[in-house]
Order: sequence, then structure tokens, then C-alpha cells
Amino acid sequence: MSEANEPVFTQPGPDKVYQEYLQKGQFCIQRCNACQGHVYYPRALCSHCGSYDMAWVEPSGRGVVYAVSVINRRAEKGGPYNVVLVDLEEGPRMMSRVEGVDHNAVKIGMSVKARVDTTGEKPMVVFDQV
Amino acid sequence: MANTIRGAAAFVGAALAGLGEAPGMSSEDIALQASYKALAEAGLTTQDVDAVFGALPGDCSPLSGLLLAEMMGIKPKFTDNNRTGGSTFLSHTLMAAMAIKEGLCDTALIFYGSNQRSASGKLVSSVKPFTYEADYKPLFPATSYALAASRHMHEYGTTREQLAHVAVAARKWAEMNPDAFMRDPLTIEDVLASRMVSSPLSVRDCCLVTDGGAALVMVSAERAKDLPKKPVYLLGGAAATWHMNILAMPDLAESAAADSGPRAMEMAGVAHKDIDVVQLYDAFTINTIMFLEDLGFVKKGEGGAFVESGAIAPGGSLPVNTNGGGLSCVHPGMYGMFTLVEAIRQLRGECGERQVEGAEIALCHGNGGVLSSQITNILGTEAAL
Repeated sequence: MSEANEPVFTQPGPDKVYQEYLQKGQFCIQRCNACQGHVYYPRALCSHCGSYDMAWVEPSGRGVVYAVSVINRRAEKGGPYNVVLVDLEEGPRMMSRVEGVDHNAVKIGMSVKARVDTTGEKPMVVFDQV
Repeated sequence: MANTIRGAAAFVGAALAGLGEAPGMSSEDIALQASYKALAEAGLTTQDVDAVFGALPGDCSPLSGLLLAEMMGIKPKFTDNNRTGGSTFLSHTLMAAMAIKEGLCDTALIFYGSNQRSASGKLVSSVKPFTYEADYKPLFPATSYALAASRHMHEYGTTREQLAHVAVAARKWAEMNPDAFMRDPLTIEDVLASRMVSSPLSVRDCCLVTDGGAALVMVSAERAKDLPKKPVYLLGGAAATWHMNILAMPDLAESAAADSGPRAMEMAGVAHKDIDVVQLYDAFTINTIMFLEDLGFVKKGEGGAFVESGAIAPGGSLPVNTNGGGLSCVHPGMYGMFTLVEAIRQLRGECGERQVEGAEIALCHGNGGVLSSQITNILGTEAAL
């Protein structure tokens, strides 16, 4: 194989880059420079077209709840909480939770916006109703 | 059909061991017991085996095929520990049939054993937590299936009552199966009143946590005729995977069974009307509804109404999970194996009170991960060849 065909993988790997953005309070996802498709979670190859040429972008943060479940944790352990799948405006789907509303009020189709929550053990992307 | 594995290999032994609770037994003990019984049924011993396929729970040796061969003194020419989750064994049957057809081996043993209930009291998963999901504390795997159920309900109006009908139908079959773990009568109201786990799924929407194991013996169709049990032939099989983690499932209301089912049936040369009995991996009640749709027994979105009509319960038009399934019979962690054992016993006519009259063709469907790996096998008697 000629050197010209050797893809250049930048260091560090995408998972580490994602976490570094998050540590800085930024939610970033990857967009493929070849097909313009977005992916989440971070990965070294585009799962739409196979290209290695992935760039980091800040998504709009806007999304829609695609699926929801409320986990019936016992009160003494902290009580119930929700887990959702959110479809981001850019296309990818991610797991998260919706904060600031009653768990049973989280519905499929609800418009939400991403926020990086830095109050916990590690920074996490969560969503608020909009 | 000349180049397919259709009818090339047959099941000549199928046995269960350690069902329910097997205190004091290791997963390996259970797998060896099942292996002995399956081989004995075929008039064979461990010393006749030259190919080993199988799996143990995630906390046991990942090289379980090598371990079990060593323990039984087998020197296999072909070993396969391939793992696709609970569907694994429906992939092993395909590999075994190919290896037998191509002359790579003569006698294939497929094993499974798990002591998860006695050892830990909970579902033992071999899947590592995936950080992009685990950070939000979903119950694994229940929340993944709950999310799929929420989507199916949203898109098709499926109700909790309809989900409950799946659990009740499974229990009615289990009441007729002496091997089943839960045989007390169960009502729709019981299911709806049971503790919510991860909405919309309650405890009775979730599979059991039991011990248990099983083993299968496969040989060539020609050789099967000379062995003691009525041969059951592998007529077709196909696998499909569209995702691993639930966040990557393209459409949460449709599984890759929509791909594996038609290909398996095409290889087998059978249509839905030909299938007498169906064994589906019912890890959760939503599975049964989705798989009946995705495999084409009913149109997409009509699975809920179909089960509500009583169609899959004893006396219904389509016998489904006649052993009681993972919901009421047995679920040691990787249930796929038990779909095959029950199908084989139905096709041999050995199922007593729950026997489906004149069963000649069975469909088995295995599910692995979180609706991730989908593998369909079609089995038939000599009349179906």
C-alpha cells in the first residue's frame, strides 16, 4: 500500500477527546468530512460511509425524546428516575435523562435541549425540557 | 437447495439438566450432566464426540468449549465458543451442520450450563457495562427492552394488558410442563399488579432467574437414521445483527428478526402456514410480540392484538413457547438453547399434556444482547424433508 493511501489517525483516540471536551463542560460529537454524517458515541471510523476523516463539532443540543423508561428504584435508595433515548437534531441517538420535570411527565416526542451537568462525580450530558 | 445445509444434519440427542435450582452444582457440572444425557439418548458417549460447541455464563471460562472438551476427555476436530448472547446456540447449530456436511466432523455436541440462581441469585450477564449508557444507570438488560416496549406502545398502541397476555399464555403452557419452574396459575391482573421494574415492564414481564442447562447432539442425516431417537432435521437457519447497544438500534419497534426469519424460512422452503409450533426467546413480554411481527406471523403493529386474542396460549391458533418459555419455564441467562430442546421434543411427540398434535415443523428464534443478535432455526421431522 502506498503511503498516500495510509489514513492518518490523530492521537489521542476519539473516546479520550470526547471525554476531554466534556471535562471542559463542552458536549461535542463527530461529523464525517467525507459524507457529512454525524455519529454518537465517539469512534475512529464513520459508521455511515467508512471514512476515517472525522471532525469534532458542537451540536445544536436540540433533540426529541425517542423512548423513555422510568426505573422504579426504591425510595430508600433515592427513588425513581428516568432513562431516555434522545434523537439529536443532527441525527444520532443517545441515552440520557431529562431533568427538572416529574419522571412520569417525560414523554416520547418531548422537545429537549442538552446541557453538560458538572455537579456529579463526572460530567454528563443531560437534557432539559424546552 | 443443493448447496445449502437444508436437511444435511439432524438432532439425535436433546436433554435438560439442573433446571430450576441446582444447589451445590457448578455451571460445568450442569453442562456435563446435560451432555451425558443427550449422548445417552443417542446411544453415544463422550468418546464418540469429535466437535464441541457451547457456552457457560460470563463468569466462567470464556474458552468454555476447550474446558468442557478437556473435562470430558474429548479431542475435538472442531471447537466453537462463538458468543452472540442468548442466541448463541442457534448459531452453533448452523456451524455444526456446515461442519458435518463438509466432513470436518461426525458427531457434534452443543452444551450449556448455568448455576446463576444458586450462585448469585441474579441474572449473570457477560456484557461489560457500556459507558455511554451505563452512566445513566439503566437496569441491564431490562431498561433496554423497556425502552423498546415504550416505543412499540407509542407507535402501535400496544398496551400493558397485551404484554400481560404474553406472560399469562406462557404460564398456561408451563402449567402442563412438569419441568417448568413456575406453574401456579397467573392472571392478567396479577401481572399488572406486580412490582414495576423499568416502565412499562413489571416483574412478571421479565424472564425468570433460574439454574439450568441443556445439550444437543447432531450427526449427518444419513447416520441419524441408525440411531435410537426419531431424527429431527435442521431445515434452515439464518442470523442477523443490526446493533449491539440499545442506543444504536435503528428502530426500537423492529428487530433484525425481520431479516433472519425470512432467510431461514427460504432456506427451509417453508411458509408460515407450514409451521406447527414456535419457540421464541421471551426474555421480556415485548419480545414475543415483536418477534411474532418481525418473523411475519402477523403484520407489524398487530402483535399485541394477536396475543390478546389468545392465539398463542394453549388451544390457540399458533402454539408459542410450549414449555412455558423464559418467562415461566427456565432462564439461566442464555435461553436460546431451550427453544431448540422444546422444539425437538415437540417434533418427536414427547411432550405429554402439552404436545402439539401432529407437529412436523418448528420455528426456533434466539435473541442475544438487547434485541441485538437475532438467529432463526427451522427444524422438521422426516416428513418435512
